[in-house]
Amino acid sequence: MHSSVITFPGSNCDRDMDVALKKFGFKNKMVWHDDVELPKSDLVVLPGGFSYGDYLRCGSMASKSKIMKSVLNFAQGGGKVMGICNGFQILVESGLLPGVLLRNKYLEFICKNVFVKANNKNNSYFKDDKKDIYKFHIAHNEGNYFCSKEQIKEINDNNQIALFYSDENGNVNEQSNPNGSLQNIAGIFNKQKNILGMMPHPERMIDPALSGEDGSIFFENLINNLK
Amino acid sequence: MKISVIITLKKDVLDPQGKVIHQTLDGMGFEGINEVRQGKYFEIDTNESDKKKAEEKVEEMCKKLLANLVIEDFKIIGSQ
Repeated sequence: MHSSVITFPGSNCDRDMDVALKKFGFKNKMVWHDDVELPKSDLVVLPGGFSYGDYLRCGSMASKSKIMKSVLNFAQGGGKVMGICNGFQILVESGLLPGVLLRNKYLEFICKNVFVKANNKNNSYFKDDKKDIYKFHIAHNEGNYFCSKEQIKEINDNNQIALFYSDENGNVNEQSNPNGSLQNIAGIFNKQKNILGMMPHPERMIDPALSGEDGSIFFENLINNLK
Repeated sequence: MKISVIITLKKDVLDPQGKVIHQTLDGMGFEGINEVRQGKYFEIDTNESDKKKAEEKVEEMCKKLLANLVIEDFKIIGSQ
């Protein structure tokens, strides 16, 4: 399985993602934002960070960078594209996913472990995963998912919500919503479910000595699903 | 020609920064404030000398980059 991680100026989770993908068997290549062509890939990852210093709106500049034309073509042809944190913000700014990520409700940068619950496992990212509730890390200032009433109706009608913020038992409620996200949304798919954007960082949960291993479970399952 | 644009959050979008500014102004003793909404202001200097064309260009820039129409509205407020 071949993967590509795009590095934008200001990305800072690109190398973590590289380590995670390689650990679970992907042959990963790092791709610079100014490149035109994507290498042969079964999965393209837009990593977390602060691309272009979060100028204008998070992800807005990166979504217009040179490599994104190839990423758009790849995604629109059914290729698997996953955006984590700033990568999720880039996906919504590029129009590949609906909605937008606003400033956190209480105006605080949030950096902590949270629980998220998978909502739709009928896709390449979560199919056959033995877990429903994951302990993942979040670190963001703009993770408050928002979209129009028409868009949220469409998202629900097409079962596009990937992950909800929940408590450790999987209860989705206001107490388990860290940032004010609409309907506790932590991650969404496009209609076809080949594109996934999520605020939590599975790549930070791959080492039993440092974190949990919920990220390991996610990546192991992902590569099996893509084979 | 220099075009000025303001970008504001749509009415039904929560503006927590505006709220905090409102509270702070209240705390400073400014009375009678109903609401504060924060926005962005851009000045774009172009070579285009035709006002209509310049404004059309800026409108396209707003739609494609400067504003996110899911949450924001833009308004050209001056051309000189």
